[in-house]
Amino acid sequence: MEVTITVNGTAVTRDVEPRMLLVHFVRDELGLTGTHWACDTTNCGACTLWVDDTPVKSCTMLAVMADGHTVRTVEDLDTGGQLNPLQEGFMQEHGLQCGFCTPGMLMTGQWLLDRDPDPDEATIREAISGNLCRCTGYENIVRAVRWAAEHGNGEAEATDDDASADVETSDEVTA
Amino acid sequence: MQVPETFDYERASTVEDAIQRLTAHGDEARVIAGGHSLLPMMKLRLAVPEVLIDINDLPGLDHVRLDGDELAIGALVRHAAILDDPILGEHYPIFADAERKIADPLVRNRGTIGGSLCQADPAEDLSAVVTALKGSCVIQSANGRRTVPMREFHTGPWETAVGDAELLVEVRIPVRTSVGSSYHKVERRVGDWAVAAAGAFVQLDGDTIAAVGLGLSAVGAPDMTCPDAEQALVGGPASAEAFAEAARIVHDAVSPTADQRGPVDYKRHLAGELTRRALTDAARRARSGSDPVDSEEGNA
Ligand SMILES: Cc1cc2nc3c(=O)[nH]c(=O)nc-3n(C[C@H](O)[C@H](O)[C@H](O)COP(=O)(O)OP(=O)(O)OC[C@H]3O[C@@H](n4cnc5c(N)ncnc54)[C@H](O)[C@@H]3O)c2cc1C
Ligand code: FES
Ligand code: FES
Repeated sequence: MEVTITVNGTAVTRDVEPRMLLVHFVRDELGLTGTHWACDTTNCGACTLWVDDTPVKSCTMLAVMADGHTVRTVEDLDTGGQLNPLQEGFMQEHGLQCGFCTPGMLMTGQWLLDRDPDPDEATIREAISGNLCRCTGYENIVRAVRWAAEHGNGEAEATDDDASADVETSDEVTA
Repeated sequence: MQVPETFDYERASTVEDAIQRLTAHGDEARVIAGGHSLLPMMKLRLAVPEVLIDINDLPGLDHVRLDGDELAIGALVRHAAILDDPILGEHYPIFADAERKIADPLVRNRGTIGGSLCQADPAEDLSAVVTALKGSCVIQSANGRRTVPMREFHTGPWETAVGDAELLVEVRIPVRTSVGSSYHKVERRVGDWAVAAAGAFVQLDGDTIAAVGLGLSAVGAPDMTCPDAEQALVGGPASAEAFAEAARIVHDAVSPTADQRGPVDYKRHLAGELTRRALTDAARRARSGSDPVDSEEGNA
């Protein structure tokens, strides 16, 4: 059946089987392989993306259920190749090793920062409790989110058309 | 790769439309709300519906409001909304206690109270909460609405009073004064289903228990509760001794099964001990208004 989903700001229309999971829609139909897919059992969070501005596990949602809705994936976090502060935080604090969990961590972490720009450690750990990491022990992921909180969190500024806000963000990032 | 069997997908626009579609397709059809119980079952092909009717767009099912002397919770209210809801927080902190321990924030963004109650999993948490609070379920069919007490809503494991062409539309909880409530759950790790869980409300008249409700999850308690323990408490003092005695009754009454989450003895112990803690915190909240109670279950 035909679905139209606005993915990262662009409306895309595809003919899909109702049983196609949203994670396979973005990866296989759209080639957006930033969203990962691992456990298939709603446990690991590697497949986390936003539907209508809320992070969900896309292995447990049908693409047809997203028809008429908006989806945001990890590919939308940077601005023209310029990493946003959360992505930069993962680099600065070594928030990843193999990187498999990272897209999910970023999508959940960004959602947290948008709602709570200055989260404490306990809040961060609770927020990412649906995203499993087998490498880092979480310590550096928590630090990465804190880094972003301390360096402007940028999301609001980065998507802001206001030029001065953009400059501010890139200053923070390169600081 | 887990892929469901093929099916047709329809999106309902109103409650009436959903019921019409359910009527047209008979027992071939299943409604899907958050899909966080149904889709995993379909991926494992434990559920093979021929038609899925998506009810996420139905208007008028995502409310939490005071309605006369009851709280009304729409079937599509998601776990995350229940966790943050100020009305539920004010009247019954047991909801937030439970929600903090249900799955993880991402699952809570999708799963609904209606789906949770209709899934009728014996280890489900919100069913135990609504059971403790002696709530009721409003079921709508082509013939109108009927109300079923929560304690009669589950007709067996994974079975409910909802018929083929019916929808659960609302959950209702009586409003009470001088009341406190609490939920205690032990899980193996964050986000997991309960090894055991117990919830309670206590309504006080001075230091006497005027009314009480217990809800038990994952321990094989008939109707997810223990009427003998409730009866033993009503009219007596809200004392540590009374709560310990209620815990003993629960301990002896439940019939958990051994599984990877633990042996029978351990679950039985938890059923009693978590009942005692839930009653104790509920009574404390009843006395003091609803102060938050830290519910770490480390020493259970
Ligand atoms: C990883 C993971 C961990 C979890 N941990 C817990 C936990 O710790 N505790 C817990 O309690 N739950 C847990 N859950 C279950 C979670 O709470 C689900 O969201 C919930 O059980 C089902 O809600 P849903 O809206 O997703 O229902 P769905 O999956 O959409 O539906 C479930 C069933 O209910 C039926 N249904 C749904 N809505 C209605 C309605 N309005 N009227 C009639 N029938 C309806 C469907 O047809 C289906 O049979 C977990 C789930 C996952 C994936
Ligand atoms: S692949 Fe979706 S939660 Fe693991
Ligand atoms: S970096 Fe390897 S799973 Fe997280």
